[in-house]
Amino acid sequence: MPTQYYLFLSLALFCIGIMGVLMRRNAIIVFMSIELMLNAVNLLLVAFSKMYNQADAQIFVFFIMVVAAAEVAIGLAIIVMMFRKVHSVDINILNRLKN
Amino acid sequence: MPVHQLLFWILTVMALSCALGVILSRNPVNSVLFLILTFFAVSGHYLLLNAQFLAVVNIIVYAGAIMVLFLFVIMLMNLNSDTEPQKSWLVQLAGVVSSGILFLVLIAAVSRASGMMPLDTKATDIGLIKNLGLVLFNDFVLPFEISSVLFLSAMIGAMVIGKKEEPVKQ
Repeated sequence: MPTQYYLFLSLALFCIGIMGVLMRRNAIIVFMSIELMLNAVNLLLVAFSKMYNQADAQIFVFFIMVVAAAEVAIGLAIIVMMFRKVHSVDINILNRLKN
Repeated sequence: MPVHQLLFWILTVMALSCALGVILSRNPVNSVLFLILTFFAVSGHYLLLNAQFLAVVNIIVYAGAIMVLFLFVIMLMNLNSDTEPQKSWLVQLAGVVSSGILFLVLIAAVSRASGMMPLDTKATDIGLIKNLGLVLFNDFVLPFEISSVLFLSAMIGAMVIGKKEEPVKQ
């Protein structure tokens, strides 16, 4: 199995995530697209860990999962707070931080 | 076609189609369910790459905890396809074109990279808990402890942000 296959798969997942960030206006879907991009990077790190037969990259994946969990907790708290104030998760409304 | 390769293609098609379903479906609940399916496909890839511990952690942490949090927030806000805001088709087209161009550029940049060894399908034990734990607690002790501080601050931050605001007393 060539490593390039995993490289192309993870690039495709990453670009689908970018497409989601650019296309959607719902802040939660934008968040989910960011999770998709993080997962694409994780997959690439695991593939390289297999290629070099070293465990360090898998530890990095572990830390990326830690950071993603913390990020989701804070981000969803911010979105819920915004929803309480303006009753919408539209990012075109959220770009005005004041008022 | 060997069974390893067959599994690779099945999981790849599943991951890519479910990832497209995440960004194309109108109902946010469907997006979350598609994203859970994507995470299961990625976990299958981890199993094929001999990263058994990460496959289990991916399912427990991502599909189990994070996605339930997303689903909970979406159901709390009562979002559905009727209230879903839409970008104009011109902006959507610009998003598709720019991400497609980025994909082509990245493919062109990495497709001729040297030093790529083919992956062997032989089983190794680098992804097992014993080996990963030894590496984590020998070489990566400091990042491990710092990540615990990160979790603590994230927990406190989420509670402070999510707290109901008291009306200001004059």
